[in-house]
Amino acid sequence: MSNILAIAQKELKNYFATPIGYVLVGFFILLFGWFFYTMLWYFERQSMQMASMGMMGEAPTMNINEQLIRPAFMNVSVILLLTMPLITMRLYSEEKRSGTIELLLTSPLTDFQIVMGKFLGSMALYTIMLAVTLIHVALLYAFGNPEWRPIATGYLGLLLMGGCFVAVGLFISSLTRNQIVAAMATFGVFLLLWIVNWIAPSITNPNAQAVVNYLSFTEHLNDFVSGVVDTAHLCYYVSFIAFGLFLTARSVDTERWRG
Amino acid sequence: MIEVQHLTKRYGPFTAVDDVSFRVERGEILGFLGPNGAGKTTTMRVLTGYMPPSEGRAVVAGFDVLEQPIEAKRRTGYLPETPPLYPDMTVRDYLDFVAKIKGVPRADRRKRVTEAMERTRVADMSNRHCAKLSKGYRQRVGLAQALLHNPDVLILDEPTAGLDPKQIIETRQLIRQLAGDHTIILSTHILPEVSQTCQRVVIINKGRVVAVDTPDNLTARLRGSESMYVQVDAMGADVKTALETIPGVRRVAVADGRGAAEGFEVESEAGRDVRRELARAVVSNGWGLLELRPVRMSLEEVFLSLTTDEARPNLEPGTPNVEPGTRNVEPAEPVAEVEHE
Repeated sequence: MSNILAIAQKELKNYFATPIGYVLVGFFILLFGWFFYTMLWYFERQSMQMASMGMMGEAPTMNINEQLIRPAFMNVSVILLLTMPLITMRLYSEEKRSGTIELLLTSPLTDFQIVMGKFLGSMALYTIMLAVTLIHVALLYAFGNPEWRPIATGYLGLLLMGGCFVAVGLFISSLTRNQIVAAMATFGVFLLLWIVNWIAPSITNPNAQAVVNYLSFTEHLNDFVSGVVDTAHLCYYVSFIAFGLFLTARSVDTERWRG
Repeated sequence: MIEVQHLTKRYGPFTAVDDVSFRVERGEILGFLGPNGAGKTTTMRVLTGYMPPSEGRAVVAGFDVLEQPIEAKRRTGYLPETPPLYPDMTVRDYLDFVAKIKGVPRADRRKRVTEAMERTRVADMSNRHCAKLSKGYRQRVGLAQALLHNPDVLILDEPTAGLDPKQIIETRQLIRQLAGDHTIILSTHILPEVSQTCQRVVIINKGRVVAVDTPDNLTARLRGSESMYVQVDAMGADVKTALETIPGVRRVAVADGRGAAEGFEVESEAGRDVRRELARAVVSNGWGLLELRPVRMSLEEVFLSLTTDEARPNLEPGTPNVEPGTRNVEPAEPVAEVEHE
């Protein structure tokens, strides 16, 4: 365990020893803030309209969780799609290129410890990014009265989805010495997993349709941000992460045999 | 301490290391000598558990590197060809991280890091980022990293590469100090390094072990016969004839002439010391004996004849495989060639 933490700590420190961490977190905040502000503006305008309609008779109820926080969280996943490849691209590629992988592989560490350490290190950076969005949520509490449960499950969903991104990115990074190749391939796979269900309507076989729908990242996130923790979705994310980490460990081991 | 048995490593159809076997005893320094691409690094990578062998086995500090890799790695310090430094870490942070993953107990960590920095003389750079270190410092931080957990076995891949002459001498001294407590394998393609630091040498070429011996024995074995250099203050063919008639002398060649004196290279049968007879023959003829010394083949030549000459790859005692006369004359050129390879 201490080995895993040592590597996780090294990875996290490295993000902030270089500008990478600041740039990633900084732009994440900027983009999230922008999304949040525009959505808040729409929400506010709609509320005003509703209120003026309410004066004339029956007013449809506005729900801040459903109409502001939920879309804001869904937007986080869009930002992640673009930033996660940049977080994970260097994890293995850089070690391979600079030869430091030789240090890790000749130290008394198991492959699992190395993979897990790197995974947790990236997850820590991602958690920092998410933690910043708590400020926006806190603002909503200051001026409104949102429900906390869907927010909590929403964060859980985002953490799990981020975990999938990191697991995929880690695996792809372990396949190449080149960081740009790693980043582009990771982005490609993310985007494919994102839009894989767009093809669903054109599939006639209902089983194939179900599979395609099941594969999509976003399908599973929807329930979480609406406040539902469905074990099926939990299973999807957790097994996705486990599979990604397993593949990474195999890939590192294969590299050894290939030489 | 280290035992390598029939080690073979193939990359696809290419065989990098072919049936290599050798042993290293506790406290010994073994030199791994060979030209670039001979399979030195590959062998070391197998020994450190970086990659598994295709065939054969390697036992380090009593643990098979394939079957008990964690135990073997715990007892091994490794300096790869390029020191594995993280450019964005300071030297102290880096060594602290290495101490953690090498399993140095928390209580000892700070002390060990400081010790390793002092031993390798990098303490003055402890707060400098690794990216900003000079080549010499990088190499020494790499060495500090290998020493940190006080391993039984040290495997050093070209530890003096890229250092300036003063640093080379210091590093060699350090390596010699480390022997005894540690068992060391170091690879090099620089010959003086082997004769200066190692007790035994494994010469490897094209993935195969060509010779294993002490630097002294290697020199003797290669020659198969003894040679003397004699300088006499007389000129002419009669000196040569006089020397040739001494029993046990195989042949005499003129090595050099300096004014009134002439130097001869006298080759005798292996194991037969003809120095007394030589001296007597010179003196009884009324000439002055100016110089008499055994001719030793420098390791450079051993190395060159072992690895650059396709025609005589094997080392059979009793077969003189170097032309006498050309042997010890001006070794400076081949040395330079090898050093700068």
